[in-house]
Parts: sequence; C-alpha cells; structure tokens
Amino acid sequence: MTVLVKVMLKPGVLDPQGKAIAGALHRLGYGAVSDVRAGKLIRIEVETDDAAAARDIGAQMAEKLLANPVIEDYEVALEAAPAPAGAAR
Amino acid sequence: MSADGAPRVAVVVFPGSNCDEDAAIAARNLLQADVKMVRHDERALGDPDLVVLPGGFSYGDYLRSGAMARFSPVMESVAAFASQGGAVLGICNGFQILCEAGLLPGAMLRNDGLRFVCRDVHLRVETKRTPFTLAINKGDVLRMPIAHGDGNWTAERGAFEEIVARDQVVFRYVRADGSRGEGGNPNGSLDDVAGICNVQGNVVGLMPHPERASEDLLGGSDGGRLFKSFATTRLAMRGA
Repeated sequence: MTVLVKVMLKPGVLDPQGKAIAGALHRLGYGAVSDVRAGKLIRIEVETDDAAAARDIGAQMAEKLLANPVIEDYEVALEAAPAPAGAAR
Repeated sequence: MSADGAPRVAVVVFPGSNCDEDAAIAARNLLQADVKMVRHDERALGDPDLVVLPGGFSYGDYLRSGAMARFSPVMESVAAFASQGGAVLGICNGFQILCEAGLLPGAMLRNDGLRFVCRDVHLRVETKRTPFTLAINKGDVLRMPIAHGDGNWTAERGAFEEIVARDQVVFRYVRADGSRGEGGNPNGSLDDVAGICNVQGNVVGLMPHPERASEDLLGGSDGGRLFKSFATTRLAMRGA
C-alpha cells in the first residue's frame, strides 16, 4: 500500500518558505492570495494489504522521524489503489 | 576522568560533518586534549571528559537538519554520557542534532531571511552555569562566525518560559556593543537565542562556531574562551 504522510508547520509557527512563495505569487499578480504555508508530502510504499496496519505504521514513522512535534503536525492518508489492469488510463 | 592531566575529548563524525577536524584542532591546541574521532556507527566514546558534536551537514540535512543523525548508534552513547552529567558541546549542526534528539529543548526553523548566512556575529553570555561559560563573565560579548541556513531556533511559548525561568539560555545574539535589537539577530531565532543548555547545564548547543574563532590566527580567539572555560571547570572539579 502507498502511505502518504503530510507534514506541515503548526499554525502560528513562522513559515519563511510560505511567506516567500506568497510574495512571489503577489508579484505574479495573484492579489487574492492571503496566506501560503509550505509543507512536505512523503510517499511511502509499505508491503501490506492491511489498510489499518498501513495507517498505523505511517503514524509511527511520523512520530519517530518524519515530523518534529515541537514545530510540525502530520496527517497520514492512504493513496487510492491503482486502477485495475486493462482500465483506461 | 583520565588519570593524567590531559583531558580526553571525543569528536563525533557523522556522514556530512565538516567541522570535525576544526573542533579536534581547537581541543588539541586549547585543552592539550587527547582527541578521539568517533564515527557515527560506533558506540564506544572512549571514556571522554567532553563530547563535541561538530558542525556540518549530517545526512545532507535531508528531512530536517539533524533529524537522521539523531538515530545514529553513537547518539545512544552520547545520550547516556549526557545523562550521567558528562559535558557535551553541540556546534551548529551539532546543536540541531541535540535538539532533534531531545537532549536540548526546542527546534530549528529555516532562517527567517531564507538565506544561508555566513558572517561574524556577536553573542552575549547569559549565564555562567555551564562548563563552557563558567570562566566567562555574564554579559561578556564574544565575536564568532556563523554559517547556517536552519538556525532559527524556536520553542513553544510555555516551554520557552520554563527555559528562561531555569536559566537555560546561554547565549543571545546582540550588536557589537552588547545591546539587543535590529541587526543583532542573523536568523530570526526566538528571543535572539543563539545557544541553550539542558536543565542540568552540562549539555550546551550553539549555532555560532567557537572552534572557528579559537585563536588569533583564525581572525579571533573569542570562541577559544569556551574551550578554556571548560578546562578551568575541569580543573576545579578535579580539585574538589
């Protein structure tokens, strides 16, 4: 299964990258942009067919390594299974 | 403690450390130390008086600076040494690793200007309670270089209040005259923090590089005062 771990800086933690991206978007004319936060998406292939186990291992990995709880929050999701063989792409 | 006069210093070498030799040279020149370079995958520190986690870019700084180095086998030994009161100095990437390992509080964010900053800064000594500042006066201003992109130290509000209350802020960025304010802080760190210690005071991390300002030949010797302070502390402990 494919586990997706999304890591974002906590609300209120200064995000210099997000600020720089927001500045660039404003310069490109996207005046409607009011805030940008930049995070990380980590895509992990796990050898299991058990969705609950995959989520659980994703959360464990996030706690141990992928996110720093002082500054970051994380979310774990499973990527939708690929379309069955023969289906139109 | 070594039986003879020379202190034993362990300098940990991670893949991507690049200030390890500088730290070893400072320890040899200023402490007349018997220096052991300890690889990240080793566990034996060699009964040291001091462990230095040097600067560099361990594991390419991938994910977060220091995040992967934290899980090196050697870090279990460093944590055990620190828990017994052993003196640990983390410089730049070493400071980042100590934070990731939970041996020091807080975490590092990208510099607020988003740039890698490489220049001299001024630090004010905020406490004498660590082995590296015991022989320096509180309020003294030291000049040392910094070279980092992720030095914007931060902590949660409540945690920071405790850090201050427990006198764990060791160095703050200041201007050349020792005052805080515009132009002093190079990276946006919380409350101008440049270095902190653990509750006991034996583990210290700082972003500036004392080993790169350890003798006049290098353009400044203020960083050497941290090493000399350690030597003074050690002698005092041996005399006790």
